[in-house]
Amino acid sequence: MYLAKIHVNYKRSILNPEAQAIQTALLRLGYQDVASVKLGKYFELKLTNSQSKEQAAKEVDEICDRLLANVNMESYHYQLEELVVAK
Amino acid sequence: MKFAVVAFPGSNCEMDLVYAIEDVVKEQVELVPSTATDLSDYGAVLLPGGFSYGDYLRSGAIAQLAPIMPAVKRFAAAGKPVLGICNGFQILTEARLLPGSLQRNQESKFVCKVADLVVTNDQTRFTTDYQAQQTIQLPIAHGDGNYYCDPITLAELRKNNQIIFTYQNNPNGSVAAIAGISNRQGNVLGMMPHPERAVEAILGSTSGRELFSSLVNSVRKRGLIHE
Repeated sequence: MYLAKIHVNYKRSILNPEAQAIQTALLRLGYQDVASVKLGKYFELKLTNSQSKEQAAKEVDEICDRLLANVNMESYHYQLEELVVAK
Repeated sequence: MKFAVVAFPGSNCEMDLVYAIEDVVKEQVELVPSTATDLSDYGAVLLPGGFSYGDYLRSGAIAQLAPIMPAVKRFAAAGKPVLGICNGFQILTEARLLPGSLQRNQESKFVCKVADLVVTNDQTRFTTDYQAQQTIQLPIAHGDGNYYCDPITLAELRKNNQIIFTYQNNPNGSVAAIAGISNRQGNVLGMMPHPERAVEAILGSTSGRELFSSLVNSVRKRGLIHE
């Protein structure tokens, strides 16, 4: 069993007004230090049938391309962790 | 001819469309649930505005996987007319029946007003009753109406006259002020403005009527339907 930790973010060319609004709010709170804010989505998927890390990666790529990310404006990256199933 | 208006969970403009077709355009129309799987009885398919599946994940992202969508794709592939309005446009881009995507408005707020639009292509089956470069008024109401595509796609859209409507004053940051585009074949149209909300003078504009009359005329001419 594998746990996929997936991050979906806007591509750099895509404007993200929500992140800009958060940055403005942080500046208002006095955090002049915050030079930029990125806002994305985070998913955790448990894959029960994948036999290998390669197989799990193939499935996650497919899932991201077909649903979790809109490749027109978003990119994604992920980590896979093998889960030890308790007997 | 008979129109199909597809209602997804969270659609909210489907009855406006039914009303516009039935009472103003005077054609037959049926509300089709998104759980249906057959559209062979219809001459045109309309995807209404709203917030299908609560706009979860992205606007239109879940709706593109609804049971009706394979039938919508077959309908479009057969060259029959499909019109997506507002959320319907978002669903068509997510389903990849139209290029590009709709992202959050540039100003990060919901825009609800009447917009001046330019009819940039009057040669499609949705726009023959308009004049090229004519200015029309249609209501817009959206939070994710900012059309985005990469420069290569934009060049393609321009080359093939797929940009059908543009905003006179870009309200949402859309690339090239795009308000509506068609597919390469010209039988699938997606637009953010609401023609169904502009079919009676009491509603402030009748600019939407010509879109539906163009569509009816083109379907009749092509003999795509049994009367």
